Amino acid sequence: MRVAVTGLGCVTPIGTSVETFQKAMYAGQSGIGPFPREFPGALSPDPGLRYQTLGLVKNFDAASHLSQSVMIVADRSAQMGIVAARQAMEDSGMLSRHEPAATAVITGCACGGRAADEDANRGLYTRNARVPPTAILRTMASSGASHISTEFGITGPVLNIATACASGTHAIGMAFHMVRSGMVSAAIAGGYEAPLTFGFLRAWDSMRVVSPQGCRPFSVDRDGMTLGEGAAMLTLEPLEDALARGARVYAEIVGFGMSSDAHHITQPRAGGAALAITRALEDARHAGIENAASRIGYINAHGTGTAANDATEAEAIHIALGNRAQDVPVGSTKSLTGHSIGATGAIEAVATVLALKNSLLPHTAGVVNVDSALELDVLVNEPRPLNPQRDLALSNSLAFGGLNAVLAFRRLVP
Amino acid sequence: MNDIGARIIELIAKSKDLPPAGIGPDTTFEELQIDSLDKVNLSFEVEEMFSVEIPDESLNSLKTVGDIVRGVERLVAAKAREQEA
Repeated sequence: MRVAVTGLGCVTPIGTSVETFQKAMYAGQSGIGPFPREFPGALSPDPGLRYQTLGLVKNFDAASHLSQSVMIVADRSAQMGIVAARQAMEDSGMLSRHEPAATAVITGCACGGRAADEDANRGLYTRNARVPPTAILRTMASSGASHISTEFGITGPVLNIATACASGTHAIGMAFHMVRSGMVSAAIAGGYEAPLTFGFLRAWDSMRVVSPQGCRPFSVDRDGMTLGEGAAMLTLEPLEDALARGARVYAEIVGFGMSSDAHHITQPRAGGAALAITRALEDARHAGIENAASRIGYINAHGTGTAANDATEAEAIHIALGNRAQDVPVGSTKSLTGHSIGATGAIEAVATVLALKNSLLPHTAGVVNVDSALELDVLVNEPRPLNPQRDLALSNSLAFGGLNAVLAFRRLVP
Repeated sequence: MNDIGARIIELIAKSKDLPPAGIGPDTTFEELQIDSLDKVNLSFEVEEMFSVEIPDESLNSLKTVGDIVRGVERLVAAKAREQEA
């Protein structure tokens, strides 16, 4: 069975709708910027962070979208997830054909409602404050999935996946396999994350992997990642159904590969990521695609901008694609959005699908001098047309703990 | 080794589950199988212990136990001068 992507939704640092996201992505307008250096509960006005920038979602008024009863029990991450899901559902109109009882909601959220947790504990540990009854509900990482299920009356499989920086990609991949196998009739999948509390920022600061001024993936002078927040959702359904109901098909999802490095909690190993890429390409055989490696026209890399990630990911691409590796345009949209942990893979899946739909590849904004040692064709300066001879694109996610997930999409000519 | 050195060696020995006697100034991080994460953890503990801040650039250049001990000694001395001034 072939599976189509028929609806998109996103709430990101570069746009809170697919339309604004797409416009900013191709204009290279980064959502990474200075953040207000005032944090609830911080004991010093100087937060003592080595970095000055974040990818914050701006102009997002959740209360204008959601009822007060949902606002009270849903943390910012879930709020963004619900709004992104609503956009994707409205975009696809999928439930006009698919029974909610046979539909799945698969989300990726790794950090849960961190802000709610910190708020409650700060009061408790400093002045023995009572903990509000909503604290647990706002803290649950799966709450967004539950709210999406409730909003649309979806009673099929609903679950949240927490695989750190690969959560959103794992969620979309699992949903894809559930639809392809016929286990469900359709699915909405993606990720949501809003973890940018003072405690979270300080914890990342201690790891010394955050860039002082902003991430520059694949740049010779890259000096770390940039933290972000956001949400993105995609609706997936059998291609046949999508065509029968005259739905807009953004792209076909054709492959999903997973692997674990089985190596180290922070240090990535190229062999693990290469295995996930290879498996995603092999998986595309189910969609009738042979020689998938020769058809890749774009890789939306994990591309965090740390020295270790980008070098290891480049090596993985070389291992998986061999002498074709240098001919494949590779970019990272994290230079626009930052790294939103569990949501980032979903945001990048949306970017990848749009790149195929438009036959136009987003560039890695803000990068001037590409690290030639990586031996990759890195997309910089401006968007580049997709090679018309190539119809596949990959979206890579390589998480801390060595958990790798790779999605493969195919451009469908209307 | 002086007090700073002894305390740092004790930290390293404990984190790597090794007897402190086998660790000296010339012991390399490589020999101790101290990877980048261990280094970040060690620097955090050392910063806490001596109330100093090890800059990223210095951290990257540390190769031996003596390197980190000398670096911390310099930071501690600089801090003492700062407090006197």
